[in-house]
Amino acid sequence: MPEAPVLQTIDLCKSFGMVKAADAINVAIRPGELVGIVGANGSGKTTFLNIITGYLKPDRGRVLLLGEDRTGLPPRVITKLGISRSFQIPQLYTNLSVLESLLLSVAAEAGRGTGFWQPLHRRHWIDQGLETLDRFGLKPYADRAVSELPEGGRKLLDIALSFALRPKLLLMDEPTSGVSIEDKFQVMDILMKVVEETRLTTIFVEHDMDVVQRYGRRVLAFNDGKVIADGTPGAVLADPEVRKAVLGRA
Amino acid sequence: METRRLPVEALVGAALLVAVPFVLPAWMKFIVTLALAKFMAVLAVALFLRANQVTFGHAMFYAVGAYAVGFGAKWFGLRDVALLLPLGALFGAAVAALVGLVMARYREVFFAMLNLAFSMMLYGALLKLYWVTGGTDGLSAGVPTFLGYAPPREYLRDFLYYTSLGVAGLVIYAVYRFLASPLGYYLKAMGENEIRIEYSGESVRHVMYVTYVLSGALAGLGGVLAGFTVGHIVPEYSFWIQSGDFVFVALLGGYGSVVGPLMGSIAFEFIRTYASKYFPNEWQMTLGIIMLAIILFRPGGLWTIYEGLAARFGRREVERA
Amino acid sequence: MRLLTTILMDGTVFAAVLFLISVGLTLVFGVLRILNVSHGGLYAFGAYLATFLAVRFLEIGGNPYLTYPILLAGALIVGVVAGPLIERAFVRRVYGRAEAIQLLLTFSVFLILDDLMKLIWGTKPMFVSEPYTLLGEFSLAGIPYSWYQVVLIAVSILFGGALVWAVRGTRFGKIIVSVINDREISQAIGINVSRIYTVAFTLGALCAALGGALVAPTIAVVPGFAVDATVLAFAVIAIGGMGSLEGAALGALIVGLLRALAVHLLPEADLVIIYLAMILVLVVRPQGLFGQVVLRRI
Repeated sequence: MPEAPVLQTIDLCKSFGMVKAADAINVAIRPGELVGIVGANGSGKTTFLNIITGYLKPDRGRVLLLGEDRTGLPPRVITKLGISRSFQIPQLYTNLSVLESLLLSVAAEAGRGTGFWQPLHRRHWIDQGLETLDRFGLKPYADRAVSELPEGGRKLLDIALSFALRPKLLLMDEPTSGVSIEDKFQVMDILMKVVEETRLTTIFVEHDMDVVQRYGRRVLAFNDGKVIADGTPGAVLADPEVRKAVLGRA
Repeated sequence: METRRLPVEALVGAALLVAVPFVLPAWMKFIVTLALAKFMAVLAVALFLRANQVTFGHAMFYAVGAYAVGFGAKWFGLRDVALLLPLGALFGAAVAALVGLVMARYREVFFAMLNLAFSMMLYGALLKLYWVTGGTDGLSAGVPTFLGYAPPREYLRDFLYYTSLGVAGLVIYAVYRFLASPLGYYLKAMGENEIRIEYSGESVRHVMYVTYVLSGALAGLGGVLAGFTVGHIVPEYSFWIQSGDFVFVALLGGYGSVVGPLMGSIAFEFIRTYASKYFPNEWQMTLGIIMLAIILFRPGGLWTIYEGLAARFGRREVERA
Repeated sequence: MRLLTTILMDGTVFAAVLFLISVGLTLVFGVLRILNVSHGGLYAFGAYLATFLAVRFLEIGGNPYLTYPILLAGALIVGVVAGPLIERAFVRRVYGRAEAIQLLLTFSVFLILDDLMKLIWGTKPMFVSEPYTLLGEFSLAGIPYSWYQVVLIAVSILFGGALVWAVRGTRFGKIIVSVINDREISQAIGINVSRIYTVAFTLGALCAALGGALVAPTIAVVPGFAVDATVLAFAVIAIGGMGSLEGAALGALIVGLLRALAVHLLPEADLVIIYLAMILVLVVRPQGLFGQVVLRRI
């Protein structure tokens, strides 16, 4: 008897006017899986993450997290249940330092985010924060302002903030978008090392086929809000329908 | 955080403030006492400015504190500062807890203007319910006692001054702790990115609400001290011009620090005293022009000017050493 | 019955003036995404200048019937001079900065305008009642009304109609709508967004000044009525939906009628009722009656 899926969606549908951004999506993700989602711009990848995390409400269908129906709950509650995500456009506190930002995630994870008397800078939180920064190669930037980070660092910090919440499922939206081609694989190497070391169940969205091919264990291909293929990277990326949808050529 | 260094400057500043009654004439003592009282309301406004939120209505909690003094004297014969201070803070917090249920949902222009609307409702009520509030005539504060002790008349101002100074010290400490706490950092962070906060499992609305209640208590404290210092409580305490002054002073002093608003308040009361003597009709215009200048050229206020000077001075000392 | 007629009439007149002011505020907000706190100041300025010009004109023996164009000229001068001046000299410098800063900037301008009026015209009330009395009265359900009030309503409707036509039916209007919907794309397709900002701000200032100039003959112009105008106009557009012309019209009608209702039935609570209505609308429908929810893209 396998464990219950960390994430299961049943018949998820969402339209914006005439555009179907999610069209009957049925997906199950089991503990420990590393899943890449591939698809062209506008194929519904981000919408999928937005629905799962409660930023958008589905028109129809259900979202099951760790075996329970959590459809339509707000992002705050979903996050508390152990589902955290990073963003295509990094969502950072640009008026704080890198360490301060991370400490806020550490405090939230400890259930002390609403404390208003004890300081944020506590020894064991700082240690914990620095350790996480180290994992993501950001320790040298700890005391720098977030606004001074280069784009690759911004992406990594965005993911580190989500990772520090110690989620049961981590969703990464285009972790390498906006990162230069030379740095892309370096960023992905750092991320995959973290994921492997912590055996974290992870979904990452990516429009670059090379990245998906190299790092995915299982790949879902999206097109027009539908899952058009689900399998190993080799099988999915060889599928002519996928190649046509993602690359625009067979 | 700014307050981690500066023990020397802080001590010098505190020593100067403690010395005020011995060196300054009585009318100046009055000005500094009033500045200390208003400082607490300014701090309340500054908290929200850190989160990029403007409030044009915090005079309402200042008025709540002041009217607590007025009604205390009128109805119950209360005039003890040690009793009315916590009462005023409590009323301020209670009203804020109620209004905050609505306000915590709103940001930016809505937050600014709804605060204005609420404060103007209070102003209207204070003005029109004259059989309760005394209308434009207002209410009188009792002659204050301190833990039951009634000081001789000539020392009354000194007692009020040191009380204000003590309360200001406590307030600075408390707000400093607040700002260094997780919630304090979330407050600053929400000005930049609310989505990330929600995606950390924390509630921006909760951050707003707690801050709002705290700000109500702070402004309430200020109102109590101002009520006793001036001795006379009128609806203007809740008027938009008073709220605007608080915002102005927070901007003048710099809302990035706890001490900035204190410097701003003291500077402001002195400027105002002279300005109302020499050009009473251009007062608001002067404020407007200064505010424009700060926004366009010095967004950090007086505090950053001081920091800039301190940095330059400090560097010279290092070079000398 | 008499009370009802009075309330309806007073409410509509009040709504007409409120609409003129609010439509300017909502236009500026729609295009610039800045709430112009100094809007009430421009309204008061329009009232002051129009009254001043009309009074002077009558003093030198001018034909009272010509006070109408004089009032309009006063509004026009304020709009065309103060609008571009404030936008170019001040507001322009804070585009793209934090919303708090933008609010504080227009608040500073408001403070300056407030004192400027006192400096120029002093603190004594100013009157020009000729335009009001000249048109005479008529009786409705036994209560006398001034024809001037009818003119106010007519001007407001005409002006609103013209504005809707200008926005929906002309090339210029389409450009404005495109800027409201998406600044970046508008810029990319070659629209001079910076000029549109100036034009929109000037139009907004003109609306405010026009409201002031037209209301001036019905009141005593005194310092301090600017802030009420800003707050009321904000209430109107918050109820109607920020940036929506139809919203401004409906909001003005709601606020105007509520105000008249309160003035006649519960005069202590005239402002309270308006603010309560605004809060109620915002709690139930935060984007206002005609507003749209915009989700931030993440």
